[in-house]
Amino acid sequence: MDDKNNKPIPLTESEAAEIRAAASHYPDPSAASIEALKIVQKHRRWVSDNNLQAVAELLGLSAAELDGIATFYNLIYRKPVGEKVIHYCDSVSCWMLGAERIREHISKRLGIGLGETTADGRFTLLPIVCLGACDRAPAMMIGDELYGDLDEASVDAILTREDRHG
Amino acid sequence: MAKITLDGQVYDVDAGENLLKTCLSLGLDLPYFCWHPALGSVGACRQCAVVQYKDASDSKGRLVMACMTPVTDGLRAELEAPEAREFRASVIEFLMTSHPHDCPVCEEGGECHLQDMTVMTGHTVRHYRGRKRTHRNQYLGPFLNHEMNRCIACYRCVRYYRDYAGGQDLDVFAIRNDVYFGRFEDGVLENEFSGNLAEVCPTGVFTDKTFSAHYVRKWDLRYAPSVCAHCAVGCNTSPGERLGVLRRIINRYHGEVNGYFLCDRGRFGYGFVNGEERIRQPSLRGEPVSIEAAVAHLAGLASGRTIGIGSPRASLEANFALRALVGAENFYAGLSRAEAELVAAILDVLRRWPIRLPTVREVERADAVLVLGEDATSTAPRLALALRQAVRNQALELAQELKIPGWLDAAVREAAQGAKSPLFLASPAATRLDEVAEAVYRGAPEDIARLGFAVAHCLSPEAPGVPDLAGEDARLAETIAAALASARRPLIVSGTGCQSLEIIQAAANVALALAKRNPERSAPADAPDQSPPSAGLTETMKPVDLCYLVPECNTLGLALMDGRSVGDVFAAVQEGAADTVVVLENDLYRRADAVAVDHFLGQVKHLAVIEHTFNATAEQAELLLPSGTFAETEGTLVSLEGRAQRFYSVMPPAGEARDNWRWPAA
Ligand code: SF4
Ligand code: SF4
Ligand code: FES
Ligand code: FES
Repeated sequence: MDDKNNKPIPLTESEAAEIRAAASHYPDPSAASIEALKIVQKHRRWVSDNNLQAVAELLGLSAAELDGIATFYNLIYRKPVGEKVIHYCDSVSCWMLGAERIREHISKRLGIGLGETTADGRFTLLPIVCLGACDRAPAMMIGDELYGDLDEASVDAILTREDRHG
Repeated sequence: MAKITLDGQVYDVDAGENLLKTCLSLGLDLPYFCWHPALGSVGACRQCAVVQYKDASDSKGRLVMACMTPVTDGLRAELEAPEAREFRASVIEFLMTSHPHDCPVCEEGGECHLQDMTVMTGHTVRHYRGRKRTHRNQYLGPFLNHEMNRCIACYRCVRYYRDYAGGQDLDVFAIRNDVYFGRFEDGVLENEFSGNLAEVCPTGVFTDKTFSAHYVRKWDLRYAPSVCAHCAVGCNTSPGERLGVLRRIINRYHGEVNGYFLCDRGRFGYGFVNGEERIRQPSLRGEPVSIEAAVAHLAGLASGRTIGIGSPRASLEANFALRALVGAENFYAGLSRAEAELVAAILDVLRRWPIRLPTVREVERADAVLVLGEDATSTAPRLALALRQAVRNQALELAQELKIPGWLDAAVREAAQGAKSPLFLASPAATRLDEVAEAVYRGAPEDIARLGFAVAHCLSPEAPGVPDLAGEDARLAETIAAALASARRPLIVSGTGCQSLEIIQAAANVALALAKRNPERSAPADAPDQSPPSAGLTETMKPVDLCYLVPECNTLGLALMDGRSVGDVFAAVQEGAADTVVVLENDLYRRADAVAVDHFLGQVKHLAVIEHTFNATAEQAELLLPSGTFAETEGTLVSLEGRAQRFYSVMPPAGEARDNWRWPAA
């Protein structure tokens, strides 16, 4: 939805090679759709319209088909995101145990609303469905790290640490 | 058969169908969204819930989706159980939380499945107080509007467009409450059957944009049963008119022909009826005259020897009236020379060879198909859609082996994993069906014919071989022959598309060779393969399905009346047979090259033309007689199935136009 110049930005050679390698494991290359999108994301953090069209061509899918897959998954980003994406869980257990309070606290601390990225490009805040950590609700995920039993104090500590590292 | 009990009533019904379809067939009101008779069941909307009981002693029962429940003997269910009623009402209420409730400005209003179902479940008061989620709409081209906020996420559109019609540019995006049905980006929908979305979508998301341009409510439209005039398939339609303007065309169900679907040409190709180019007044040498004066002048012209030129796009009745006016010996079908020859050859095969003309529905059931020299998507679109379904028969058979009923759509697709029945396509250029074909052959018409002859030879050694065929092509011929021979319902599709007599011959030879193969159908061994079999011979063979695509809506009907071409007319006039000609709805410049037509018209002293829309022939008429289009007259057309179908007028002819048959009959 960003780069509106019509020519697809060709994927870099290494991206294309990684995607081809992933696709070669399946009789039907479209089975590698998610992997392919994650490869793009690994290199670019998110998948632009033009990237998506290029991947679709590589896998022999229509752009619509691949975007249907891309937009189904919370962890495929179709808009630019910051270096770290905070996914706070908004499903029922977390909602009952104060997910909204946690979100407000994160928003206030980082100065961003849902779907927004901090000015320094460090964090993006997004919701996610049940993280399978209901026993530790409210929960959130930053990168691959899962955090449970959140309250304002623990969120502060986590964000400070996450900001310092990586 | 199965005996089932619904709300305490016992019914005898067919076993194996789904319970929703059975309920609807019995006339019971059970709301539903995602099920569609042509698309089957996926159980996505949860709207068709009923309570089913295990056995006679079960008093509690459980909620099931009727569309996902096979009908078996002894089944007991209640549609009216309070639990089921409440469940259905709550489903609608959830589906409606973000709906804009904009019926007064929605073009679906008054013929909206969602309105009907909402009223049926009794959801009349809105309880949801939250914010509605909204969507951005897309530009989808000139045919369809897109108003995504009205969507209830039934998935019918993508299942129709992608799975049924083979489109690749409409899909579903995102998840949860945000699911979005549309294109990757704004742009014209690519599929040639996109218009059906307006009917498949049970809400006002996809509506007919051409109708919007002169919209009126459904109840203000007048309809008449009609037949599409745009190709030889003969799809049944319902044109809707108000105040002398044809407003839209919708599908009219015919179980053997078009079923639930039309092509975009048939649905949207009605603008000419309201067009600026219509001829609205009789005229004599360019000056407007009264109907009476025109009739008198025509009578004067036709009093001597007069030649009549018929039309493959006019009804049998109109052609007959013209033939009656000029006499059978002076009536010419008015096809081009090539067309006349090709259609004569087709008629000969249809009459005398051991073949059978399948209906469009039967085309869908074929389990191996050879298309010889046709781009069906262009020449008979709805039939191409049927061929697309034929390819699915392998999947349906696989599912059947696994005891999965054919209507359990998602399960069938999952089990079959894209298995396809063989479709072989031989055509000079790429076609839309290539993508579902097992093998595609590209070649000039002569090469295609040779491939056909080779297939026939593989099937029956008595059929003449093709000696110098390239190895690769010979192997393809063998593959095709093997697939056809082992199929239970093989089908051959050919036609006039390549303007090649050899292709028509080759297709007939394949059919004959197939007919001879089956021992039950076998012919006496000494039967000559090349010459058409005698009547006695064909009776001993079980006919093979062969479908010839011809160009226009009444080509076959006209050819049954007369086989002579415009070339024959030109010759007759050249010889001085007559100098007066009456042309019925036929632009001669489309039937012969301009030099020949100009030369011919130069020799004709008096030219009368019956026509509804200006064209190069009409412009040269001494007497121009305006006629009604398909929407303004009635008559009979013979489709490529050989089916005679009557269409009726939905409105009086424009201006002083009259029925095309009325002019010569007057
Ligand atoms: S657009 Fe129409 S057909 Fe498609 S999911 Fe929504 S309501 Fe159903
Ligand atoms: S397939 Fe032919 S008859 Fe059917 S709607 Fe299209 S143009 Fe009309
Ligand atoms: S609801 Fe939040 S982790 Fe399950
Ligand atoms: S019609 Fe049965 S679940 Fe949709």
